[in-house]
Amino acid sequence: MIITRALIKRYGAVTAVRSVDLDVREGDRYGLLGPNGSGKTTLVRMLLGLVYATSGEIEVLGRRMPRHAREVLPQIGALIEEPAAYPHLSGRANLTLLDAAGPRVPGGGSMGKARRTRRQRVDEALEQVGLTGVGRRPVKAYSLGMRQRLGLAAALIRRPRLLILDEPGNGLDPRGIRDLRELLVGLNDAGVTVFLSSHLLAEVEQLCTRVGVLDSGRLVLQDDLAALCAPTGRIVVDTPDADQVAALLDGQVEHRDGQQLLVRYSDAAALNTRLVGAGLRVSSIGPQQRTLEDIVLSVTGAGSDQIS
Amino acid sequence: MITVELVKLLRRPRTWISVVLTCALPFMVAVFITITHLVPPPGQGSAFLSAVLQDGALYPAAALALVLPVFLPVAVAVVAGDSIAGEATGGTLRYLLVRPVGRTRLLVAKLVSVTVYVLLVVLAVTFTAYATGVFLLGPSVAAAVGQAPGVAGGAGGSAPGLAGQAPTAGQAAGGAVTSLSGAPLSLLQLTERTAGAIAFITVSMLGVAAIALFLSTITDSALGSALGALAALVASEVLVTLNAATVVQPYLPTRYWLAWIDFFRQPVFWRDIQRGFGIQAIYVVVFLAAAWANFSTKDITA
Repeated sequence: MIITRALIKRYGAVTAVRSVDLDVREGDRYGLLGPNGSGKTTLVRMLLGLVYATSGEIEVLGRRMPRHAREVLPQIGALIEEPAAYPHLSGRANLTLLDAAGPRVPGGGSMGKARRTRRQRVDEALEQVGLTGVGRRPVKAYSLGMRQRLGLAAALIRRPRLLILDEPGNGLDPRGIRDLRELLVGLNDAGVTVFLSSHLLAEVEQLCTRVGVLDSGRLVLQDDLAALCAPTGRIVVDTPDADQVAALLDGQVEHRDGQQLLVRYSDAAALNTRLVGAGLRVSSIGPQQRTLEDIVLSVTGAGSDQIS
Repeated sequence: MITVELVKLLRRPRTWISVVLTCALPFMVAVFITITHLVPPPGQGSAFLSAVLQDGALYPAAALALVLPVFLPVAVAVVAGDSIAGEATGGTLRYLLVRPVGRTRLLVAKLVSVTVYVLLVVLAVTFTAYATGVFLLGPSVAAAVGQAPGVAGGAGGSAPGLAGQAPTAGQAAGGAVTSLSGAPLSLLQLTERTAGAIAFITVSMLGVAAIALFLSTITDSALGSALGALAALVASEVLVTLNAATVVQPYLPTRYWLAWIDFFRQPVFWRDIQRGFGIQAIYVVVFLAAAWANFSTKDITA
């Protein structure tokens, strides 16, 4: 779906993206993570042909970008940083104008057909993002969350095969974020590949199947989320009898922090049986799992907005 | 895309506010003239104003002369300067481009939209001024002539100028309008010549628009590009009046701006009109090419 090879972007003396080899596969829910200023937005803009690469190759939907932008872009829905709309027009008028500005839907027949389906597609997109009842209100009277929803609707009016969303959760309240997650999962189940960038780890962890991590313009990690967050083969035990447990499992305890022990052991249930059998109390027990936060923080440095 | 740009132009409140304000200036001037019957003597002040008391039908030309130096270029520079930079500031530019709208296509659509805007303003000024002229200043020569003696008796200061013009107006009796050269113009001729003047002014404004559009692709600030274009015009105006700058004068964008007045001479004095069209064509072509070259290779980071 999206492949980049040795992609580099320099702005004058600043190198924003350094030799990135991105690989997003069809059907992925791909989360691009990275601190502020790590090059996420520049990368997204290059994929969409807004910013031209200094060197390297970009392939989107099997075609080279930006050379084949005219064939590729109509199949993509995009949200790039903040949403944008003409403030004096209604949300519906904005969507209609934006749809009319572009070429016809690929393989969707004539211009006339695109026009006939426009109203229906606009209604559908507004419904998908939960803005059905918004009426004729001009966009300048929208809240931040409504603008974000309208931006998503704009990305959906062409019924795209690929969604490229830069920080889609911005400005949404907890319910809005959950709605967004459900919407994206639903679209993904229907065959839409989702590529999103974010610095909200929890959002990505709950939504994505694959993650890439950018740090100072380098792609330092790219893997399936399930593989990254696989159990580590260690068991976390919380016990008021920490001393006795440590003595019993001598040599297998890797780390101790007050009542919490990190034990090298294959099976949590077996360990639990053994501890309880020895008359030791266990408050909680379970396999250690690395969180996405641990993973990302271990491979990235400080963001560029932190000056030290 | 062109249709979309036109819809955006026509649905934007700013468009109509600027049209109304541009039409309001000539209207205001006409009201004052009607009340006081004071006009600049022939050869002084804004073009045609000295003649409008004899003939309201000449008022469109006078109105165009009133709005041409400042109102029109300001409005055009604002609209053209906003065309790309405004979309960039609002963030809508990136969404248009990934829709996708080709960059050349967008630029052409913007140019068409600005052209339509210029025509809209010029035509609005012409028609409202015609209505104002006919209703306030008097529809026919006879009425104007009939007024003149009364004014001459009442307002001493303006009497000589009016008295001097009265014979000219008298010659043009029978519904004809007097040209600047004194020979009468039929209504058909007057219409043709007004159309010619409108075309000339529109093309002159396209020169302004091309400069502003070019600047609009360079900066993301709509204000910056509009003011930049106006600065270019002011500089040109300064040089046009400067004897020391005679060498460059034929190439300045505002050098032949007033040549449309020559449409109202009998016969039409074509030399400056042709040069004016020529110089504006060059400005339009050069600055559009520069705008295209810059815009089509630019990183859109806004």
